[in-house]
Amino acid sequence: MDYIIIIVSAIFVNNILLAQFLGICPFLGVSGKLSTATGMSGAVTFVITLATVVTYLINRYLLVPFGLEFLQTISFILVIASLVQMVEIVLKKISPSLYQALGIFLPLITTNCAVLGVAITVVTKEFTFGDSSHMLSLGEATVYALATSVGYAIAMILFAGLREHLAGNDVPKAFKGLPIAIITVGIMALAFLGFSGMV
Amino acid sequence: MSKLGIITKGLIKENPTFVLVLGMCPTLATTTSAINGLEMGLATMFVLILSNIVISAIAPVVPDKVHIPVYIVVIATFVTILQLLMQAYVPDVYATLGLFIPLIVVNCIVLGRAEAFAGKNSVGDSALDGIGIGLGFTLSLTVIGMVREILGSGAIFGWKFLPGDGMLAFVMAPGAFIVLGYLMVLFNKLAKK
Repeated sequence: MDYIIIIVSAIFVNNILLAQFLGICPFLGVSGKLSTATGMSGAVTFVITLATVVTYLINRYLLVPFGLEFLQTISFILVIASLVQMVEIVLKKISPSLYQALGIFLPLITTNCAVLGVAITVVTKEFTFGDSSHMLSLGEATVYALATSVGYAIAMILFAGLREHLAGNDVPKAFKGLPIAIITVGIMALAFLGFSGMV
Repeated sequence: MSKLGIITKGLIKENPTFVLVLGMCPTLATTTSAINGLEMGLATMFVLILSNIVISAIAPVVPDKVHIPVYIVVIATFVTILQLLMQAYVPDVYATLGLFIPLIVVNCIVLGRAEAFAGKNSVGDSALDGIGIGLGFTLSLTVIGMVREILGSGAIFGWKFLPGDGMLAFVMAPGAFIVLGYLMVLFNKLAKK
């Protein structure tokens, strides 16, 4: 039951882009075309899930036992940066086609605040399930990371679809480009607000 | 460029929010009220100025290949210092801004300035650049916060001048995007003249 609550809440109710505002820069940057949006979502899903598991373990077995929680920010960002680098090298070796598909998006992910955001959230925040609340276990944290990235992918792909249509429309000059895109996200967020109170 | 020019360009010409469109996450997430926006802006400015100073000082000796990781470590160090200071002296502000204080590490404005300005300029100029861009960011966040607070709760800097609850949507997520979008339009119109 807890897992279902985590999944529904991470994908719809607390959508990482539309409700938590994490990872907005790449969201606005690559959502111009549906194909790049899909590529970025894939890369983000991969890195968020992997990074969350690794930082969770580091926090649990290294930082907490030695009382070094204040090093969370600095150690997490280093782990994420080296992880992205490592994923890049491994992918290049074992799956050149996937590496090609993800292309430029992989190195960009280091500065995607969604990755660091999820990693910090799972180790610092208590999650509420009905009347009780507790810190996430490793399994729950992994599911949360995966569901969050699915939410990211859904919002990103929906928005890219909208934006492709937007490109052909005649909008006032001052609205052209980002402003109209951001207002469109606002309307999308309004729609996602309808999910609140579901869990 | 004159010293004053370095500071003022951050306000309009290279305004980080409306022109460069960087650091969108904290811009949208923390501007639920004018005061929250102001606090977030100042916190970012603190990191921006100090990391600009240190990075411009060490840039000549950092090997080119590893300069990004080195910059990130410098920025992360100042963010950690900021976190500890805020936890000690202003715990309630720290609680309100929450996750977005550690996330200053990945704020593209900070790394962007390190890369585009501090790495190539003198310590003094870099400090001024940090102040200028920091002020521009703080100003934008405060303005967005003010608009959202007025529309969303009928108050300004916590002082309530309209009865009732206001349009709640503007304090919540959708309002952030919509207000930012329209302010950008306004900025485009005014700046292009």
